[in-house]
Order: sequence, then structure tokens, then C-alpha cells
Amino acid sequence: MTMRRLINLKRVEARRIYLTYFIVILAYVICQTMSSTKILSSTMRGMLVPICAYMVMSISLNLVVGISGELSLGHAGFMSVGAFSGVAAAILMQGFIPFAPVRLALAMIIAAIFAAAAGFLIGIPVLRLKGDYLAIVTLAFGEIIKSILNNFYLGVDSGGLQFSMLSDTTRLLAGGKLIIRGPMGISGIQKIATFPAGFILVMISLMIVFNLVNSRSGRAFMAIRDDRIAAESIGLDITKYKMTAFVMSAAMAGAAGALFAMNYSTIVANKFDFNTSILILVFVVLGGQGNMLGGIIAAAALTILPEKLRQFSDYRMLLYAIILIITMLGTNNQEIRNFFAGLNPFRRKEHEEEAA
Amino acid sequence: MIFLNYFISGISLGSIYAIIALGYTMVYGIAKMLNFAHGDVIMVGAYVCFYAVARYELNPFIGLVLAMIVCTFLGIIIERFAYKPLRQAPSLAVLITAIGVSYLLQNTALLLWSSNPKVFPSIIGRGAFKLFDGELSISHITALTIIACLVIMAVLTLFINKTRLGKAMRACSEDKGAAQLMGINVNATISLTFAIGSGLAAIAGALLCSAYPTLMPTTGALPGIKAFTAAVFGGIGSIPGAFLGGLMLGVIEIFAKAYISSQLSDAVVFAMLIVVLLVKPAGLLGRQTQEKV
Repeated sequence: MTMRRLINLKRVEARRIYLTYFIVILAYVICQTMSSTKILSSTMRGMLVPICAYMVMSISLNLVVGISGELSLGHAGFMSVGAFSGVAAAILMQGFIPFAPVRLALAMIIAAIFAAAAGFLIGIPVLRLKGDYLAIVTLAFGEIIKSILNNFYLGVDSGGLQFSMLSDTTRLLAGGKLIIRGPMGISGIQKIATFPAGFILVMISLMIVFNLVNSRSGRAFMAIRDDRIAAESIGLDITKYKMTAFVMSAAMAGAAGALFAMNYSTIVANKFDFNTSILILVFVVLGGQGNMLGGIIAAAALTILPEKLRQFSDYRMLLYAIILIITMLGTNNQEIRNFFAGLNPFRRKEHEEEAA
Repeated sequence: MIFLNYFISGISLGSIYAIIALGYTMVYGIAKMLNFAHGDVIMVGAYVCFYAVARYELNPFIGLVLAMIVCTFLGIIIERFAYKPLRQAPSLAVLITAIGVSYLLQNTALLLWSSNPKVFPSIIGRGAFKLFDGELSISHITALTIIACLVIMAVLTLFINKTRLGKAMRACSEDKGAAQLMGINVNATISLTFAIGSGLAAIAGALLCSAYPTLMPTTGALPGIKAFTAAVFGGIGSIPGAFLGGLMLGVIEIFAKAYISSQLSDAVVFAMLIVVLLVKPAGLLGRQTQEKV
């Protein structure tokens, strides 16, 4: 099914999709070999799972920002819904599913379901708005999710799950265990997230997005993005398609959140704040909106960059900011672009041919 | 009486939000961009004022004027080097650049002034007016904040509506191309808008840190987001809207802190924003633009 659909695609598009898969697999093989032969430093090895999680976040937000054309400033909220529900599920399953990879997979699925539900609930009001107003409401929801999770207590005892808000009034029976502890988050998480699991999640997300984009729905997303009124006039149900993109994106973000959380022993809601949402948006815009490969590369590069800049110690975040600004100016200002195009002898030839 | 006390502190906090929100809304109105670095200009203003007063022992008002001058130039420089080259670029690219500028300011502040929180001296002392046998107490800084906000609003409204430069600003926000054809220097007008917004940010910074005296490189970030919310609340691009949105947001925040829960106050504020936008999708005083085909 997938194959036939790909063959029918325009050649260039198909080539780009295969190239993306190829590069991701190649990067995985290289990293895995380097990691098993200890060429990779231990800090870099520790970053492999977060990089995978950020890659999935980048793919997921790209579906909303790049393909569906809506600016979302609260994507970290879905990540945190996924992280908390996934980790809580994993802790609850510890007793009867001893095999860690299965537990991880189930936890990510549960995280995706919870995040998708959150995405659906938030999508109902959000998708009625447009442009910057939509963006600010997603920001608001991100902050609300953070506030709620910061004040949420969840415990388990022989009577089942108990939860409370604001302060711990779960009144657990003897032998019960408090899982989510408000601002303290969840601690004592078993680190079951692995690099291969992260790689599989990246591949699954890519497959979902590529299949979606090159389907009837995907074409509808782009039609709505390019001209909402024209799309509406030919009978596309705008709310339905926008909701599909939003919920799919939230689900992927949830799975990524679970993966991310299970790489650490402690997770708190404040980790997924406005800055995290912005960081993910930076991946998408830097990589090129709608370009999955670009977003993935940007996610990896910007996660590694602060680490590599560590030798500049105090100046590293300053350099990070400068690199970000210069990249945005360099890729978006026509004069600067022409200047660089003029420096490249091959490019200049193309330009001359085009002119002729 | 307690209610009145809360209400007045809400109005005071709201006045600060309103002054910050003016910067957001003016820049949005004219350049159609969300200037995320605005919150950090506040922080820079507060630091300049802090050093002028605490280190060089200048009069607080000279410190404030100094902070305004520094922030005004900072605003012009940011506009010239980061935003002007992107005039034709997609709005998301400008947004990310603004975020880059915000990181740049925060981290420069971190290097220059370290991350240790500084205790900001109030620019007007810590006294208070006592009314009704001391049952109602209004601190001097609260009173000053409210007065400052009213004065700024009045002056700004007069400036926008009565002067030639104000007229040029309105023209640019309406239609840049047509304004240029009428002989208005669009680039200078945009620079002027950034200058005014950043100058106001310096005042907001000094007032904010006088009321809540902890100064850190990240001090401006959260008030920045809240003020941005206030601007949207009132209808972004509208100056009376920023004023109304700021005041309402401040009052709601203080009441939520007092009567609902101090931990959930941010959630309540943002929930209110969502409700308002669902009822009035362009904010309280925003202009509803009809889409033409």
C-alpha cells in the first residue's frame, strides 16, 4: 500500500522521502557503532535518547506549523502530558510486565493516547481562532497544563488510583505509593528508554507523517494552509482536517515525552515550560517549515550545540543566541542570500543559466 | 476593606502590565511582529536603574531617565540590526529572530551582572499612605505606579492622535505602502515606535522591581509573557486595549492569588484569556477584520 502510493508520487517527493529514511537509518547505525565501540563520550551517549525525543517533537510540531500552517507555542504541554501519563503507567505496570522494552512501548502508547485526548480537548476552542490569536491560546494552554501538573498528586494503593489537586490529600492506605507528587514531579523512574527505542519512534513518526502528508488528508491540510477560503469553497471540512493534524501531532508529542522522561530518574512539570515549546519551534523554523529532514537535523544540531560549546563555558548560550540570529538573518534576508550565492561558483553558473 | 486592598494591588500590578503591553501592542500594530525580546528590555532597564541608584548613588529619578535612554537606544539598535533586514521575511522567521534576541539579552545580562539575584531599592522608598484608620494601606510605589500608568496613557493617546508623528504612525500601521507614497519615512517611523516602546519598558522595569524587588537576568521573561497576554486580551494593536487588558489581567491575577489559589493563579489568568478570546476572537477592543475574497 505504502509502496504503491510512493511510486505514484512525484519522483522528487519520493526521492526526498527515501533520502530522509536513509539518512536517519545511516545516522542510527553510525551512532550505534560509535556508541558500542566507546568512541562516543559518555555525555554524548547520554544525549542520544533526548535527541531522538526532540526529533520526534520536531516532526510532530512540523505537522502543525509546517503542513497545517498554524503556529503553536505550547507544544511542550503535550510532551509533559505524555511524560507524566507514560511514566505513571510504566510505574503501575512494573509489577506484572517485567520485560522493560514491552513496558516502554506500552507506556509510550498510553502517553500518546492521553496526549491525543488533551490535544482533542484543547483543539476544540483553539482551532476556532486564527493566526496570532491561535498562537497565544496554545501558549496559554501550555502554561495551564504546567500549572495543573505542578499541583497534581496521584497515588496508588490497594483501593486503586487516588488523586488530588493543590495538596496531597490522597490519604493512601498502608502500603500505598505516591507516584506524582505535585511540584516534586515523579522521582525514582526506572531509566528504560533506550537509543534503539528512540530510533524506532523517530522512524514510526516519519512514516506516519509522510503517509499522512501524501494522502487525501495531507493534501487537504496544505490546501487549507495555502488558501483557507478557497479550500472551504470546494467543500473541505476545515475544522475536521485541522483537528486531525492537531491530534496526531499531540499524540506523537506525548510518545516523545514518555521516551524523554524515561531517560531520567526524576521529571518535573517545570521542565516542559514555554522555553521548551520555543526550542521545538526553533527546530522547525530553522530546519525549514514542512521539511521533516531539516527539522530532524536542526533538532540534533541544536541539542548537541550547547554541549559542544561547553569549552566556551559562560559564553556558550550567548554564542547559541548569536548563531540563531545569524542563521535566521542569513536564510531569510534576500541581500545576504544573494551575497552567499555569489560566493559559490557552481551556484552562480546556475543563476546565469536561469537568467539566460 | 481587604477586598479593596487586593483590588488596589491588582490595579497596581495591572498598571505595570499595561505599560509593558503598550510596547507589545504598538510594535505589533506597526510592524506586525511579536517582539519577544520586549520582556528582556525591561530587565535591562531595571539593571541600569539598579546600578545607577545602588552603585553610583544617583537620584532614583536620574537613574530612571538613564535607564530610559539606554533602553531607547537598545530598542533602536535591536530593530536596526535584527528586525529591519527581515522586513520582507515570513513572520515566523522574525518571531524566531526575536526569540534569539531575547536569549542574547538574557545571556549578556548573565555575563555582565551574574545570575545572583539583586535586591532592588525602591525608587520612592517603602512608605505607605494609611486611610480609614490604617485599614486601607497604599504603599507609595503602588500609588506612583498607578499615576505613572495614567500619565503615560494620556500622553501617548495625545501623541498618537494629535501630533504629525503620531499620525504617521497610524498611517504606517494602516498601510505601509500608501504611507510611503504620501512621503512618510516608514523606516524612521518604525524605529520611533521601537524607541517609545523600549523607553516605556525601562519605566516598567523600574516600577516592577520597586514593587517586587528581586532582579535577575530572567526577571523580565514572565512579566513579558503576561503583558503580551494582556495585549492580546485587550485586542493586540489597540492602545486603549493594552491599557484595559493590562489592568484586568493584574486584577484577575491578584484576586486569583487571594481567593482561589496562589499556585494556580497563572492557570486562572490564562484560562480567562482563553474564555475572552472565544467570545471575542480579536480581544476586548480589537478590530474585527472581515475577510474579503
